[in-house]
Amino acid sequence: MSFLDKYEMVCGVETHVEMATKTKIFCGCSTEFGGEQNTHVCPVCLGLPGVLPVLNKEVVNLAIKAGLALNCDIAEFSKFDRKNYFYPDLTKNYQTSQYDLPICKNGWLDVMVNGTMKRIGITRAHMEEDAGKLVHSGDTITTSNSSGVDYNRTGVPLLEIVSEPDMRSIDDVLAYLEELVQIMDYAGISDCKLEQGSVRFDINVSLRLKGTETFGTRTETKNLNSFSSVRRCLEYETERQADALDEGLEIIQETRTWDEGRGMTLSLRSKEEAHDYRYFPEPDLMPLVIDRDWVERIRATMPELPTAKRERLQALGLSAYDAGVITASKDMAFFFDQAMATCDDAKLLANWVMGDLSALLKTNGRTFADSPVSPAQLASLVMLIKKGDISGKIAKSVIEEIYSTGKDPETIVKEKGLAQISDAGELEKIIDGILAANEKSVADYKAGKEAALGFFVGQVMKATKGQANPGMVNKLLKEKLAQ
Amino acid sequence: MILLKSLEALHHMLIGKEISSVELTRTYLNHITVADPSVKAFLSVTADTALAQAADADRKIANGEKLGPLEGIPMAMKDNMCTSGIATTCGSKILKNFVPPYDATVTERLQAAGAVLAGKVNMDEFAMGSSTENSGYHPTANPWDLERVPGGSSGGSAACVAAREVPFALGSDTGGSIRQPAAFCGVVGLKPTYGLVSRYGLVAFASSLDQIGPLTTSVRDNAMVLNAIAGHDPKDSTSVPYATPDYTQFLENNVKGLKIGVPDEYFAAGLDPRVADVIKRAIKTFEDLGAIVESCSLPHTEYAMPAYYIIAPAECSSNLARYDGVRYGYRAETEDMITMFKRTREEGFGQEVKRRIMLGTYALSSGYYDAYYLKAQKVRTLIKQDFDNAFNQYDILLSPTTPTTAYTMGEKSDPLAMYMGDVYTIPVNLAGLPGISIPAGFIDGLPVGMQLISKHFGEGTLYRAAYTFEQNTTYHQEIPALVKEVC
Repeated sequence: MSFLDKYEMVCGVETHVEMATKTKIFCGCSTEFGGEQNTHVCPVCLGLPGVLPVLNKEVVNLAIKAGLALNCDIAEFSKFDRKNYFYPDLTKNYQTSQYDLPICKNGWLDVMVNGTMKRIGITRAHMEEDAGKLVHSGDTITTSNSSGVDYNRTGVPLLEIVSEPDMRSIDDVLAYLEELVQIMDYAGISDCKLEQGSVRFDINVSLRLKGTETFGTRTETKNLNSFSSVRRCLEYETERQADALDEGLEIIQETRTWDEGRGMTLSLRSKEEAHDYRYFPEPDLMPLVIDRDWVERIRATMPELPTAKRERLQALGLSAYDAGVITASKDMAFFFDQAMATCDDAKLLANWVMGDLSALLKTNGRTFADSPVSPAQLASLVMLIKKGDISGKIAKSVIEEIYSTGKDPETIVKEKGLAQISDAGELEKIIDGILAANEKSVADYKAGKEAALGFFVGQVMKATKGQANPGMVNKLLKEKLAQ
Repeated sequence: MILLKSLEALHHMLIGKEISSVELTRTYLNHITVADPSVKAFLSVTADTALAQAADADRKIANGEKLGPLEGIPMAMKDNMCTSGIATTCGSKILKNFVPPYDATVTERLQAAGAVLAGKVNMDEFAMGSSTENSGYHPTANPWDLERVPGGSSGGSAACVAAREVPFALGSDTGGSIRQPAAFCGVVGLKPTYGLVSRYGLVAFASSLDQIGPLTTSVRDNAMVLNAIAGHDPKDSTSVPYATPDYTQFLENNVKGLKIGVPDEYFAAGLDPRVADVIKRAIKTFEDLGAIVESCSLPHTEYAMPAYYIIAPAECSSNLARYDGVRYGYRAETEDMITMFKRTREEGFGQEVKRRIMLGTYALSSGYYDAYYLKAQKVRTLIKQDFDNAFNQYDILLSPTTPTTAYTMGEKSDPLAMYMGDVYTIPVNLAGLPGISIPAGFIDGLPVGMQLISKHFGEGTLYRAAYTFEQNTTYHQEIPALVKEVC
């Protein structure tokens, strides 16, 4: 019996999203990832004495966009606050963030969990600056002789999205996170490169006896940056809490960290050791006043979000499953839409996008964003199959040819003479010849050995190098043999 | 004597080729070497760069180019304004070795105006204090009486101008730090409207209160310097996009019909009756010149001091958190990071700075925020409203700048007693208003300052009233004995 028969989990997530601006939130330094250490820095992001922040308006535009995508109210009046704490990666020893008056509030996200739609509340989303990064001389901070600090990341704009504690299962959490990341990607809020840390999750989780209303004591595990870590962390942490509860122990409200290598959470600090951030309004920035026109201008630029796209693809005739697979990647969905412009069979196109082209790209380590096969080329290929000009089998070799040469499918089919033989007269001649040469097999067939039909089809295909239209071959063979 | 000349007179001498900028600069640098051993206003004298800048001005003169009003004229800056390549210590040991790689906006603007930087001057550490005894280096003396304090925290700026070591200097004013030392040293000191002068590159004490302003020997000089430094700066979000006028156009010798309010609360207990008498005579002067003077009330004045000593320390506790030894300045050598932070701050900061960091940290801490910080901000709003009401009736308000004249060094060992010296200047900072202190008389050979306050961006009105008073009195012509000996 699983502990989940006894307990119900209650989970809320804080998601930090690095926003996709060219420059930092309070200065003009580049936000590009992976630069030489301490090259994307200036007196302002280094917090040198006397410098002042100037808010990057593009950050506000993206925050409004994210808020609209998450069905939030966009605050007409919000402000920045200082969150005070000491750490070497924090140049000013306070982080400029938003506290009691965030830019986005009271939103929600509908997510599909195991076939059921579930609404997860979004408490708030606020803007803040990222900190720098400690670079240790050894493997860990405790085993290092010295540590340096790379301040390139300092001042990269972040959006912190806080959910309501509305999730009741690991599936709920993962469905919410996947949907959230997809939306941030579609809306262009972030590049969502999880492996580069551009999206990070803090997981708040507690257990309560099934059927009870009050929340149990929660723990917060900080800085997870992959869906698999979230799953493993939740599996570990809920089981740890269940064991403790079963033994009659009290859960300590604390901040924990996820040790990926050991696959466990570890205590970082308890409530008693919790920071007193001494928030107060940032006196160096004016309050942020957003008029409704500003919000409407941003609304007018909203792209189609995953839910709408999935619904549209289903209306084109795709299954819910196929629509989900295609929209899971913004690039794949964009590719599909572009190809649909010159294609009239969504289902067939979807099969080729999800199947052969996906596989081909994956094998070569490429993505739909830089696919050597263009959407128009794939659309042409699908149309050639649909019209019966080439067989599906031939198409498999054609797409490889497009991939490696960049030539259009029509050109390849023509140059290599791959066009399907659908000319009944021509096929009849070939069939007659084969039947004449295999009298014994004809006799077997007529005696009731139907498997002989496959033999004849194979012979025709061999004679036509696979170019014969298989449907027609079947039909003509049956007609001839019935005579 | 050249050291006593106005900026306008010096400008005419330069363009008339009566003197070169290099000669002028050398004259002042020489006077610094004579006077400063006793005044101790300077933390660093930048003779080489000053002479190079002067030579640039001379080249322009030789080429017949048009010279700006401050071009080729020496000046000093308080050591909390960043100067690229020149140490900026904030009067603190913790920044002893800090050489900024960038200029404050005021530095850039003065450079663009061609002014010659003679050096950086002393201050109370991180601008916290009212006597310049709290410098991490050495105290500065009052040129009128070397046993006395020059006031603070811009004591170096006020003293170097009073001692005629430079014709003008910049100071910063968080709770009176330009006006109070200007009063003690008998010079003109303006705290501009919050947002008129960029704070970019001014090492922050209390961000919502700090403002840079000029210290000069005359009102006209003051307006000329403000012309050079005022105006919107995109690098400072609190800088107001205000089209600044030429402030010298307000220098009209006429206060007829000007309505002056005198707040009752500024003449209460703690005011030296002799200072009250001096200010009353000044009021009489204004009345004789045709101004309409009435007593008025700013009812929440008594709460300004406690509110200030919550807000300013709260902001300073956060602003000074960056001095941790990690990236620049003083670092204590220790085994681990946390101890390094603690020891660096323990050894690098002085008593008064630590006191205010503690106060501010406490006021912002969870559970106390509402009772202290939030309450203080509400008081601040009431004080602003008091002023708004007063300015519905009056063009300017008039008060003593300080309750007493300059006291002797070491006299005020109780910090609270020292805080009281800013009781008339602090409300102006809380409300973000402009205020000016001008010489209004003497008591036993020590200057007395009069403060004039106007509504936001009312600097022109302040200059007009101050100029009229100055033109009809002789206090600003008095010179400290130490300067007389040289001249």
